[in-house]
Amino acid sequence: MNNNTQQLPIVQLKNVEKSFGAVKAVDSVSLNIGQGDFFSLLGPSGCGKTTLLRLIAGFEKPEAGQIIIDSKEMIDVEPNHRPTNMVFQNYAIFPHLNVEENVGYGLTKQGVGKHKKLEMVNDILGLVGLTGLNARSASALSGGQRQRVALARALILKPKVLLLDEPLSALDKKLREQMQIELRELQKAVGITFILVTHDQEEALTMSDKIAVMFDGGVSQIASPKELYDHPTSKQVASFIGNMNFFKADIVSIDKKNIELNSVTLGQVVLSKVQFPIEPKSGSVEIGIRPEMLAMSKKSTNSIKNSCEARIDEISFFGDSTWYKVKFLLTDEISIVSEMHSQERVEWKLGDKVTVSWRPASFVGFI
Amino acid sequence: MLNNKNFLKLFVLIALIFFYSPALLLPIFAFNESQIISFPVEGFSLRWFEVLLSEKTLHGALKNSLFVALSSAAFGTFLGVLTARANSRYEFFGKKPTLSFILIPLVIPELIIGVALLIVLMQLGLSLSLWTVILGHTLLIMPFSTLVMMSAFNNFDQSVEEASMDLGETAFGTFRRIIIPMVSPGLIASFIIGFTISLDEFMIAFFLTGTEPTLPVYIWAQFRFPVKLPSVMALGTIMLIFSLVLLTLSEYFRRKIPKTESSRIV
Repeated sequence: MNNNTQQLPIVQLKNVEKSFGAVKAVDSVSLNIGQGDFFSLLGPSGCGKTTLLRLIAGFEKPEAGQIIIDSKEMIDVEPNHRPTNMVFQNYAIFPHLNVEENVGYGLTKQGVGKHKKLEMVNDILGLVGLTGLNARSASALSGGQRQRVALARALILKPKVLLLDEPLSALDKKLREQMQIELRELQKAVGITFILVTHDQEEALTMSDKIAVMFDGGVSQIASPKELYDHPTSKQVASFIGNMNFFKADIVSIDKKNIELNSVTLGQVVLSKVQFPIEPKSGSVEIGIRPEMLAMSKKSTNSIKNSCEARIDEISFFGDSTWYKVKFLLTDEISIVSEMHSQERVEWKLGDKVTVSWRPASFVGFI
Repeated sequence: MLNNKNFLKLFVLIALIFFYSPALLLPIFAFNESQIISFPVEGFSLRWFEVLLSEKTLHGALKNSLFVALSSAAFGTFLGVLTARANSRYEFFGKKPTLSFILIPLVIPELIIGVALLIVLMQLGLSLSLWTVILGHTLLIMPFSTLVMMSAFNNFDQSVEEASMDLGETAFGTFRRIIIPMVSPGLIASFIIGFTISLDEFMIAFFLTGTEPTLPVYIWAQFRFPVKLPSVMALGTIMLIFSLVLLTLSEYFRRKIPKTESSRIV
């Protein structure tokens, strides 16, 4: 990824707080966003991610904390003087202006000359794939085109940071997936820091360099997509990003490197201490494993280590993969096992008795 | 036997005839050859319209009316824009009572507004002129323009304003480049409605005008002379048609305001 760690972050938030009445929308959030990163604020609706974006844009004033963009304190700076531009959720295209006037809107204020302006507008329209649509009226634009106009209008001002408020949520699935790739490529091409607000974990995972997962106004974890998926630091993050099966387990013993656990369903499981984001001392913990990290076979449990018997209860077909809901025979506990389709795949049937197995290293532990 | 539905249709028809047929008498007698306002009519003539062309006091009254109507429509619309904008954009203490208060002239008889304003002006020691009429008409027009502009502003997507600010424009620049153009159909509709209201208004103008009459006040004065009655009919016909054209025009612009539930308010 980027080796930006030495560079000063382009956006710094320090203990930022914002309430609406009795509701704390943003609760003491601190984070750094590196120059040139594609950074996502991910969380369920109402978690404060949009408020955080609007605080960075300047549309909301924080009650406490610091917002520093490009080494400058921003608290007292109005939105029109901040080095940020925003793509709004509904795109906020000016309905009485055509494409060219929309895209050139900010340049007029800057006093850019007529010829220079047209040149810049045409360049940026080319970049977002709207070449030649200069005179198209705002009302005649499709959803995807509106989004491109909103992007062009913001990018033409060469902001230090581009803010995107759920820009893809209004598009249908096919177009959304295409725009995800385009946005990502565009971001790499222009080299501007993007901050994306989204509730769609898949979108965040595909597009971002870094993701901040937010719940109830606070940031739970900031990490790269892979890190977030493989090493979530809390159960909440683990179940929000993808799926995870959780099992209760009691600590049997702890030595220098490993923790030995006993789960009623899984039996004895030995995890390395590094598999726990927070090291447990004693008592009971929960361990989680992703559906694709569980394997099914017809062999008996005796021949496979780390396995137990289960029955297939439900089958969901996804085209390229199938998800099975399995019930462990010993405890009636339910887990989800997903299998990618391949040439060697076994066609499991409803009610089949299977042996579910795992590698202990695939677990993540939570206290 | 009439069934229910036909009865209702008949009822509406009778009501419409009852309300609007008197207005139709105006053109009938305006084009009537005879000087006496009674049936049967005695042939077609344009002479009463020709009479209007030579009436000097009428021309003065027309000029006064246009001046009052243009000024009142402008002031009323301006205040209506401010009220509607404040109402749709900001939350403040006493917002609802303030709005109701502004809308009161809609339900108070004009006679009472006229008398009340007259007393106030007298107490203040101000002399009556066209400006005092404008004051009264502005008061009368403001609720209408407030309602029209409210429907324009309530349909206004706030993120468009934020987008303008985000792209570097100031608050005033945003108002000029975004808000005004977007609500311009409402502005035009409000102005025309205000203009029409002022042009046709008699009661307040009657109380507040000094020595310069407006058109309705002039017409009222002419009723004393039976000889002038046919030409008053002709003038009334012109005003009727003019008002209908203006109100149709205003409705045309009002419908250009993007539609939601609130645009149906007036």
